[in-house]
Amino acid sequence: MGTGEPVTAVKAQEGTRASVRRVWGMGLLAVMLLATLAFPWVDRLPYHRDLVIRVFLYAMLAQAWNILAGYCGQISLAYASSVLQMRWGWNPWVGLGAGIPVAVALSMAIGYPCFRLRGHYFAIATIAIGEIVQTLAINWDFIGGARGLTLPFQKDSLLAFQFHTSKYPYYYIVLALLILCLLVSWRIERTRLGYYFRAIREDPEAAQSVGIPITRYKLIAMAVSAAFVSAGGSFYAQYVLYLDPDSVLPLSLSILICLLAVVGGVGTLWGPLVGAALLIPLSEFTRIQFGGTGRAVDLLIYGALLTLVAVFQPAGLVGLLGRRGRP
Amino acid sequence: MALLTVEGITKRFGGLVANHDISFAVEQGEIVGLIGPNGAGKSTLFDVITGYYRPEAGEVRFDGHPLVGRRPDQVNRLGVGRTFQKLRPFHAMTVLENVMVAAMQHQAVPSAARREALSSLEFVELADKRDSYARDLSTGQRKRLELARAMATRPRLLLLDEVTGGVDQRTIPTLVELIGHLRGQGLTLVVIEHNMRVIMSISDRILALHLGEVIADGPPSEVVKERRLIEAYLGDAFVVPSGGPRGSGERLRGEPE
Repeated sequence: MGTGEPVTAVKAQEGTRASVRRVWGMGLLAVMLLATLAFPWVDRLPYHRDLVIRVFLYAMLAQAWNILAGYCGQISLAYASSVLQMRWGWNPWVGLGAGIPVAVALSMAIGYPCFRLRGHYFAIATIAIGEIVQTLAINWDFIGGARGLTLPFQKDSLLAFQFHTSKYPYYYIVLALLILCLLVSWRIERTRLGYYFRAIREDPEAAQSVGIPITRYKLIAMAVSAAFVSAGGSFYAQYVLYLDPDSVLPLSLSILICLLAVVGGVGTLWGPLVGAALLIPLSEFTRIQFGGTGRAVDLLIYGALLTLVAVFQPAGLVGLLGRRGRP
Repeated sequence: MALLTVEGITKRFGGLVANHDISFAVEQGEIVGLIGPNGAGKSTLFDVITGYYRPEAGEVRFDGHPLVGRRPDQVNRLGVGRTFQKLRPFHAMTVLENVMVAAMQHQAVPSAARREALSSLEFVELADKRDSYARDLSTGQRKRLELARAMATRPRLLLLDEVTGGVDQRTIPTLVELIGHLRGQGLTLVVIEHNMRVIMSISDRILALHLGEVIADGPPSEVVKERRLIEAYLGDAFVVPSGGPRGSGERLRGEPE
């Protein structure tokens, strides 16, 4: 169960099937982990490394969205840590740490009134708030306004969270964050919290009828999600060393993150990672091959692929690999 | 003291009065049948009792606790379970997981909740379907799933909305038998039901609603003689077989259109 999706392809006798699956799953996980650890040493192209870093970052953001299980949390909270760092000279790690509670508190303040709305209406309200935040950010000089924030250049060190001579540390930091995010999701899936989240996603009123205080659990989901989005945002800020409202706050970014989870498989442990691993390189590839022709062919191809998945595999790509990938 | 008392409940939707000044009491261990033509306000009354709707006037008391103003989950935690007329299983979860979610109110650890859910499923004879997805069940099986799910929260009062509605005729006796078993477990039940034969045979008492008001309240044998009840049904979508004596509960067995 969830220890690795391709193991469902294993055909084994009914009795030993589960344990065989588990062994295969663990093996596959170990191979995947080793492969990701070794990757930057095998393929030394900076471009590929950057691509994989972004896959990991987006996988983490998509997983955070996934935890919120269809209740779309729209707000990128990367700003907190960068502002703390620039205005008051806080260490970026402290900023990352401080950004999380700020993000959680903000998400709760926004979530509480919005959770009174259902489904699409909730999404509309959060989109509206997202747009307001973007407008605010563009006009608020304290956080850089429309010009954005350029983070001060510092010497390489883990403490400063800046690495210029070698980008390897960024790779391992984002990998660690992604693994942490997956572990937390894996843990949630197996406890009451996960069961409650799924029940609320399926039918909030039925969930209430069996005694689940739905607002409380939605807020918990929002808080967990916001914590990971905030950590991801802080990482992004340190990696790019520049933040502006148009690159981290647009609605299109929220939609992209949500798409990754949807294409990979909503409500599954591996879906967001699969979605990110496929779509981020794909969008790069189509952009390189067909971009710049002035006819947006790259976006056409990207959009066509998304439509195909939506029509033929609504359970997401993970759904192709077995029972675990339920819609 | 009665386990459930409903005192002067009035619920309006704009100009429509769905429940008008409804009062009744349900004693511990009783099975009360709630009948009435479509639109009489039966399901609305369930929604008011369980906290989904807030009434304009009146109070509901369960075991001494006032219920009006409490959320549905709080009402359930006090010991009131319910099923829905329009079935609401968690479609993308397995039968077992559906019931586990409910059992987790008392058993936070999944393995313990699984055991409790299984015994609930055995009770409704659905244990062999435990790994099926709820969306793949037949209507009769879904009704039993809803029952198992409500049972797993360990209620003292169970509100059942349309136990046999939309179910294969051959499945009805199984469901009726189940209700008998529920009583055997010491549960108090309020049952909404359109099948007259079923409701007359299982209920200790019948409460009839018409246009949001209580028009009859008493033992089945007396309620069937109530003139206003017969009029309410005959004036609605119900049919009495030709030649049948009016007012005989046995013959008043039409299904809603």
